[in-house]
Amino acid sequence: MIFSYYPGCTLRNKAKDLDAYARASAEALGFTLQELDNWQCCGGVYPLGTDEIASKLSSVRALAEAKDKGQDLVTLCSACHHVLKRVNDDMTNVEDIRTRANNYMKLAEPYAGETKVLHFLEVLRDVVGFDTLKEKVVNPLTGQKIAAYYGCLLLRPGKIMALDDPENPKLLEDFIRALGAEPVVYPYRNECCGGYISLKEPDMAKNMCNTINESAKGFGAECFITACPLCRYNLNKTEQGLPVYYFTELLAEALGVKEGAL
Amino acid sequence: MNAKEQVQQISGVNPYKCMKCGKCSATCPAYEEMDIKPHQFVSYVQSGNIEALAACKSMWKCLSCFACVERCPRDVQPGRILDAARQIVVRQRGGNYLTAEEIPPLVDEDLPQQLLVSAYRRYKR
Amino acid sequence: MQRIGVFVCHCGSNIAATVDVKKVAEMARLEPGVVFADDYQYMCSEAGQAKIGAAIKEYNLTGLVVCSCSPRMHEATFRKCAERYGLNPYMVEIANIREHCSWIHKDMEEATQKAVILARAAIAKVNLNAPLQAGESRVTKRALVIGGGIAGIQTALDIADAGYEVDIVEKTPSIGGRMSQLDKTFPTLDCSACILTPKMVDAAGHEKIKIYTYSEVEKVSGFVGDFTVDIRKKARSVDEAKCTGCGVCQEKCPSKKTPSEFNRGLNNRSAIYTPFAQAIPNVPVIDREACIKFKTGKCGVCEKVCQAGAINYAQEDEIITEKYGAIVVATGFDTIKLDKYDEYAYSQSKDVITSLELERIMNAAGPTKGHLERLSDGKAPKEIVFVQCVGSRCSDERGKPYCSKICCMYTAKHAMLIRDKYPDVNVTVFYIDVRTPGKNFDEFYRRAVEEYGVNYIKGQVGKVAPQPDGSLLVQGSDLIDNKQIKIKADMVVLATAIEPNQGVRNIATMLTASIDTNNFLTEAHPKLRPVESPTAGVFLSGVCQGPKDIPETVSQAGAAAVKVIGLLAKDKLTTNPCTAQADELLCNGCSNCAKVCPYGAITYETRQVNDHGIREDRRIAVVNKALCQGCGACTVTCPSGAMDLQGFSNRQLIAEVDAICR
Repeated sequence: MIFSYYPGCTLRNKAKDLDAYARASAEALGFTLQELDNWQCCGGVYPLGTDEIASKLSSVRALAEAKDKGQDLVTLCSACHHVLKRVNDDMTNVEDIRTRANNYMKLAEPYAGETKVLHFLEVLRDVVGFDTLKEKVVNPLTGQKIAAYYGCLLLRPGKIMALDDPENPKLLEDFIRALGAEPVVYPYRNECCGGYISLKEPDMAKNMCNTINESAKGFGAECFITACPLCRYNLNKTEQGLPVYYFTELLAEALGVKEGAL
Repeated sequence: MNAKEQVQQISGVNPYKCMKCGKCSATCPAYEEMDIKPHQFVSYVQSGNIEALAACKSMWKCLSCFACVERCPRDVQPGRILDAARQIVVRQRGGNYLTAEEIPPLVDEDLPQQLLVSAYRRYKR
Repeated sequence: MQRIGVFVCHCGSNIAATVDVKKVAEMARLEPGVVFADDYQYMCSEAGQAKIGAAIKEYNLTGLVVCSCSPRMHEATFRKCAERYGLNPYMVEIANIREHCSWIHKDMEEATQKAVILARAAIAKVNLNAPLQAGESRVTKRALVIGGGIAGIQTALDIADAGYEVDIVEKTPSIGGRMSQLDKTFPTLDCSACILTPKMVDAAGHEKIKIYTYSEVEKVSGFVGDFTVDIRKKARSVDEAKCTGCGVCQEKCPSKKTPSEFNRGLNNRSAIYTPFAQAIPNVPVIDREACIKFKTGKCGVCEKVCQAGAINYAQEDEIITEKYGAIVVATGFDTIKLDKYDEYAYSQSKDVITSLELERIMNAAGPTKGHLERLSDGKAPKEIVFVQCVGSRCSDERGKPYCSKICCMYTAKHAMLIRDKYPDVNVTVFYIDVRTPGKNFDEFYRRAVEEYGVNYIKGQVGKVAPQPDGSLLVQGSDLIDNKQIKIKADMVVLATAIEPNQGVRNIATMLTASIDTNNFLTEAHPKLRPVESPTAGVFLSGVCQGPKDIPETVSQAGAAAVKVIGLLAKDKLTTNPCTAQADELLCNGCSNCAKVCPYGAITYETRQVNDHGIREDRRIAVVNKALCQGCGACTVTCPSGAMDLQGFSNRQLIAEVDAICR
């Protein structure tokens, strides 16, 4: 099974491991991530303004390319996932944005939200299935107590992301269970890490990450997993912070494909 | 179009749907850093006080985490209003909150590209 | 040729401010058949009706057109008026120039032009009207009440006290409803059970009342005065005649792991159970999903211990068919599910509870025997936070757009009771607005603040975060102080929105009673006919019509009973003469009309027909005038144009359309 794949800027640079472990795991699970030929950066933040068109075009281009290939579009980074799903929702439901974006793009056939955007985790849950995943695990992470950190962009707005219950998600917890480890549920797993604020206001982000870190620790977690390079960066800045891993690293480890993946 | 209408148009939000419950301010993780609080974004637009809204510090403190958007019982989306005010500011000459010159000392070895990209989009035209 | 009088109503300024009523009258005078036209401030008033009467006499009128409000409002008024002055009531037509015209237009010229056209259409119709005679139908002097809560019980008692037979159909094993789950009631703080159980006993003992518990309405046919209803009496597996209600079976039942519906799942019940000790009837039912005997064939403990020999595993559902003259819906409410509101951590912590769950905790017969304790660890809470409007007043898809109406008052009650019994417990209430319209209601709420020291904070809660130490960090707004505050609480109580009971949509469909987007049943008129459904013979009692508290429910229950009594007191009802009939020369016996008729009013017979001198036997549609409600579905379905509705004939409708298009 082949999916179109949108890696995003950071996975080509600072988060190469997030990407490499995902590809290796995908092959082990029997699907392939086929990188889009001409992807451009999504911008990291979804442009909220109703009159912002140009800043949405890179996403439309990626969505249209996947449509041409007739494939679902998979992404790994929480931010890319957020931007792509929201732009796709605009192209499906907001006539004004759809019309104006298509006027700019001059595609052979106008794009109207036909592509299905999936987070890699959705592929694991809905296509592979956690039961199958569990069967393919060769190095179960038995005994590890792992706190899933969702952050904000994976889940919200719930109506558009449609990934999981935005207030009480289970996706990463089920994932952790499938790898043989024990999920630690704590209340700040869907609260923001500070995001881009850490560039100019590092203390603000640090405060927020401290709350997240303390809460997870308090419930007995030994480490975090996340899907987002920025979440990981911010969480890593906390004092006495728990180690933070990309979920794909643990996945590759459990599937026995970690060695040689990088 | 006056400034009030401009905010309403850019944000796509009808501030009159607000029932003033304050759930946005109850849920905002950046609340303490904000000079104008999330529930006030709405009343500033209602009363047309866009000048004050456009001068607020809050727009640079908002994390775009969508907690206020997700939990608002009236679908008012205060975060969108603030973003519209920010748009009005950065679209003006000299309105940028971040310049290229500022960046090098802020970058450390681990800093993900995503952070620069997001900050640029958020703080600059 | 008709002699038509046209009467244009100002409706105060409702019509006259937007429609030039003089012009409408003036233009009407030019229409064929019109011999008189006039306008008046309030045509429905006594003086207005007298004007109509005088014109009928003076101009020898044969038909009337009243240009006024919707026929739903005053068609009956003007028909009666016509009859009083010697005219057949069906010679009256209403041109709706208020709802269809003045209320929805702003421009006077445009509105006037439209009013003239509407009047013209009505005149064209009256020109083809013929006098119709209403028939009569019988009234079965028995009422059905669906739902055995306080609304249903009160309605049934009031009807029965007037001397009429009433049956109550209740879905659960006992009557009593939500009120039986409550501890104390506002604003007097009297014990709910103390005032409810006597009424339950009265209903059970009343010679005119028959109660079917553990039963559901399955099918309804017929019409006002003559409904036929199938009631499914679910198999109780216990013989009601033999059971003494000793309770030994419940004690000995080995299957005790089913969440108790009555205690909102806070504790468990046995497979054979009565919902609560004061249940009426005091006869248990066997929950066959939970019963070991039904699941595995082994067990039979209840049968062995029952001295009365009342256990009957072989009992089957029974269908009871009964006739009723009137039906009252009193299906009540439930609280909404909170799975879409997990920012309040309801599914994440046992110590986040709904207000109805708190009622059970506070109740001496409840799962904690009335002790206020945390369900997680049994500890006494010291800090309690109440959150108002959870799921109410929400215009997003998660909740309900309406105010649930009862929460402000019951929260004040809970807060006060807790502060009274446990003075060392801090109580904080987060509210958006405190709504206390009602006799002694605001005084009650103020007592909570002023005398009991309940801390009211204006602002909503954004998140409840369970902490590793078992406490709950409540993060909320204080809009007066303009602060975000955090309270470390031991227990959080959510004032959860209420919604009509599940299944009410199904019942509404069976009754052809209208229902709104929130599943509340619609009243015939929101102000003037609040306890009647638009469907004749169907009445509304309690929360099924809209959120309301106990005093209001009891008032409405009484009002619904009065309407039922008024109906049952009649021996005959006049039927609607605007029924369908088939032209036997055009009918080809295709059966299409019978298929679309929602009332089952059409049958077929073979009849000898004389078609231009040729006599032959044909299959012809026959309409039962008593069943036909004049909906017109058959007339538009009939491929040969044989079906026609009296008073709304094809010719009349075409004449109206022609008049509009002229």
